[in-house]
This record gives sequence, C-alpha cells and structure tokens, in this order.
Amino acid sequence: MSEDRSELHEAAPVAGNGLLGRQAFVRGATALATLGYVLRQPAGAEPLPIQPWMTQPNGPVLPYDRPSRFESNVVRGAGDRQPGSPIGVGNIKTPLHLLTGTITPAGLHHARFHSGIPDIDPDKHELLIHGMVKRPLVFTVEALSRYPMESHIYFHECGGNSEIMYADEPSQGGVQGIHGQVSCSEWTGVRLAILMEEAGVDPKATWILAEGADASAMTRSVPMDKVMKDALIALYQNGERVMPSVGYPMRLLLPGFEGNMQVKWLRRIKALPGPTESRDETSKYTETYPDGISTQFNLYIEAKSVITRPAPELKMPGPGLYELSGLAWSGYGKVNKVEVSADGGKSWTEAHLEGPGSLLAMTRFRLPWRWDGGPALLQSRATDNTGNVQPTRAQMLAKRGPWANYHANCITTWSVAPSGDVTHVYA
Amino acid sequence: MSTRKGLIAAALLLLATTGSAFADTDRGLNLGHLASPGEISPWDIDVSPDGTGLPPGSGTPAQGLIVYTQKCVVCHGVNGAGGTFRTPLAGGQGTLGVPGKRPVKTIGSFWPYATSVFAYIRRAMPYDSPKSLSSDELYAVTAYLLQLNGLIGQNDVMNAQTLPKVLMPNRNGFKPWTRGD
Repeated sequence: MSEDRSELHEAAPVAGNGLLGRQAFVRGATALATLGYVLRQPAGAEPLPIQPWMTQPNGPVLPYDRPSRFESNVVRGAGDRQPGSPIGVGNIKTPLHLLTGTITPAGLHHARFHSGIPDIDPDKHELLIHGMVKRPLVFTVEALSRYPMESHIYFHECGGNSEIMYADEPSQGGVQGIHGQVSCSEWTGVRLAILMEEAGVDPKATWILAEGADASAMTRSVPMDKVMKDALIALYQNGERVMPSVGYPMRLLLPGFEGNMQVKWLRRIKALPGPTESRDETSKYTETYPDGISTQFNLYIEAKSVITRPAPELKMPGPGLYELSGLAWSGYGKVNKVEVSADGGKSWTEAHLEGPGSLLAMTRFRLPWRWDGGPALLQSRATDNTGNVQPTRAQMLAKRGPWANYHANCITTWSVAPSGDVTHVYA
Repeated sequence: MSTRKGLIAAALLLLATTGSAFADTDRGLNLGHLASPGEISPWDIDVSPDGTGLPPGSGTPAQGLIVYTQKCVVCHGVNGAGGTFRTPLAGGQGTLGVPGKRPVKTIGSFWPYATSVFAYIRRAMPYDSPKSLSSDELYAVTAYLLQLNGLIGQNDVMNAQTLPKVLMPNRNGFKPWTRGD
C-alpha cells in the first residue's frame, strides 16, 4: 500500500505543473484510494467516536425523500435577471461544482423562463398538432402516455449559457454562474415523428412551429428533418414526471440543439412551409458578427467542456494530490477526447473519460493532479467524434467578435493561487 | 378517489393499454382526436412573414400611442426608450457593423420582419396580461412602435395587407448559421 502511495506521490508528471497521466486510474484501485490521504499517527489518536445516531433509531421516513439537511447548499441559483425585469423572467442554474457523474438531479436542472413557471393541470393540458397536415389532432397527456416510449440520456444547454465569456473582464460568478445553464437527464417520452405521421404531414411542410403553454407562449421554429429524425415529446425526466420548471407535463426535446428551441410546456406543433421568424429566432438567439450580419438558427451546441472541480466556488485546502474533474459535451455527437492543461495551455494531457459515453449525453472526465502549491492555470479542451475542437476564447472572439452573445463554447481557465483560491481568468 | 382505488384504476389502465398498444403500432394508435377549425382557432396565433395568420382589424400610430400609454409605458418607457425593463424598443439604427461599437438592437435597428413584432405582442404582451389585446389594439400598438422607429408615417394604417409590406432596415442582416460559424 505504501508503495502504491509513493508511486502516485512521486510519479513523474506527464504535462506541466503536476498533471499525472490518466493511466494512474488503471494502475490499481489501491493507488487511487490513497490519493491525498496521510495515516493518522497512532500515538495520541482518539478512539473513533460513538455518535448519537449510532445508538438510537431515528428520523421519519419521507414519502418523497430529499437530500440530507447537511446538503442544503446544493441548490440551483446564481441566476441573473436584467435589472428591473419582471420576477418571472430569468434563469436559475445548476450547481455543477457540487455534483458528479453525468446525470443532473431533476430538481437541480437549470431553467430559463420568460413568464414564470406555469402551474399546469395535466388533466387540462392538451397538445395540438395542426397546420399543413391531413388530420389536425389533439392529444391529452393521458393519451400520449399510452404510446410506446423511449428513454435517452441527453444533455440540455441553453443557447445563452456562458454568454458572460464574451465579456471584456472575466466573470467571477463561479462555474455555476458562468456555465450552469447546462444539465443532463434521462428523458422518456414519445417520438414526435409518430404523432406527425398520424397527423399526415404535407411533404411541402419543411418546418414546424413549437409553442409553449406558458403565459409568454414561447415559440420557436424547428426544421422538419430534425422533427422526424429524433425529436421527443418528453413526459419523464430521470424516471419521474418532468419537473415544473423544466416543462411539466410535457416538453419538446431536440437532442444536441440549443435549449431554447426545445419548447417547454409544449401545447402546439404547427407544420409550416418555413419558419415563422419568431422573436426568439430573430431578435434573440441570433449571433451578431463584427460586420453587422447575424447568424440565425444556430441549431447545434458545439464541442465544449469545463472543469467543475476545482472551481472558483471550491477553495483548495493545500498542496497535494487532487482529482481534476469536469463535464464535456457536443451537440454533434459525443466527446471522444478531453485534454487538460495545468499551465494555461502550454502543455496538455488526455483525461480519463468515464464510461463509453452515449450520443448527445454528457461525458465526465477525470485526471489526477499533484498540486505543488504554486500558481496554476487549469483548462480543459474537448474534441468530439466529428473532429469539432473546443476553441480558445481568443479563437472564438476572432471568429465571432465580442457581441455574438450566444453559444459561447470556448475554453475556460481557472487560476489557482498559492492561497488555494480559484478565480476565473482569461488566458 | 382514494389512493387505493386510484392505484387499481391505474393498474387496470396499464393492463388495458399494454395489451393493445403494441399490437396497434403498425397502423398507428390514433389516440388523438380530430380537431375542428373552431377548436384550433383560439390557439392559432402565430404570424408568418408573408402575413399568413394576421387577423382582421386595423390600427394607426395615434391609436397605438393610447394603448402604449395605458399598457406598455410602465415597463418600456416613454417613446420606447426602455423603462423598468431596460431594453429599448426604438433607436439604434446605424449601430450594426460599426467597428468597436456594441450594436443597439431594437425593433427598428434589428428586427427583420414587422410581422414578428405583431406576433410577439400578440402572444406575450402586456407582460402581466398576455393575449388580452384586441386585434385592433395589436395593430395599433405595432403601428405606434413602427412609427416610433421611423418605419411608417404618422397616418399609416396597419392591417393584414399593409403590415407584411413594411420594410425593416435589417431585413437582409441575417444569414442561416452553418457549421463552423
């Protein structure tokens, strides 16, 4: 055991500033188990305590369990709201730094909302499919629940996530505040294509309009080929009904596309010969380039990753062995490589990717790091299976300019100071 | 209904549906009901750039100023300058593509279609009572906002025929996103 520990403590770094090879993970569980631990000196150590909960039965059993009261800091938040805008307009973000694995607990899924969270009675909610179809149809929630369902693990990211990366000065909002508008769930529901076929879509209908039942009736246009390929009417999220802020009782899922198009509280689908050019696909969710031209229908989320631990919210307790960990995703397919740097991008090494990773789901990456207590600049860079590589911030700005606002997928840099404080810097 | 009865009912429903659902898949379950035009009408509120979906009715900028003063100015400010909600609705023309200058995006400077303005107000505004304006009020307040941006004249009437013809300055300022942008 002591040999294993010394192996990790003394292993030669494979990249600058103490990054150890991902192979350390396969050298043996014992080596990992000793990461950062030091045996207590036998002399003077107190006997392990008998705690009150060890000697008495306790606690009610809740019909619906909730996290321990000691986990009360694990909440959504860091939402931003335009000063003075109405209470119901804004977003609430996932605490990425406090979670691991790839599935976001349903109650911690990020949410963007434009007129609050509607309190929808599922017995009164209906989905209308009409427009250029032979048979306009209305489905109740109960009727949709009888269709064959599918489950898929998909990430969901707001098109405006990480928008602050375009700002002149690096945001100190932490990984939650900067990147917390991305989550990942197992979604279960009915393929929209099945319903469209029942309605009988006119071949000349190349787009649909999708509209929500919220007070703002969020409206987006979606290309018909996406609708027929893999669009899902999601009724369940991680095995239970979709949460209210995530679209209860049903929402549209367009795997890999920007979140805003995946209309929540879905009430209407209309087959059309073209997009309706709604407010949220013209005035918003378009990227304005330096020449004044704006790109529209920025459908896909591109390759992206971020280190979630360490993060600005988590102060480093002192030099030693750590596990760097984070999330990576791509709307084009799946992430097949994440590289990590501890010296601001001068040198890189590949992180360990957990699991085989399914298409359009999150990938968790991990890498051992021996922090010597000196300044470090931590970065991650994702590459997807189509060759899409996550750009540096400078590359992103060179291409899109500073006012594109949306789809910020550039590399994030966390600066670790000798004090253990972690801050966001541009590097 | 008691929980127990509810559970039994749910279980029976599940049995009934799993029995038939998969047998019927080939020809479709057809569990929706056919919607009549009268049923669809209250929800059919979108408007396309060519004007499809615009309702009968009309309004002028002067009429729109009355609606705006009653229902919009609290948030959007006098002359659409941005009030409580600080997004200006007017101005900003000529600020797109100016080196070193952040674009000021308003209806007049940025929105490519006048129909989108009408459709957005129709579905989402006023914020605290969306879908409450009459068609005449919608045409009027849209006319006011277009006039405020210098896009139509003081006496121009907006209706299903005239609104789609309003030339928006940034009409050609968009291109479809392609991979690599």
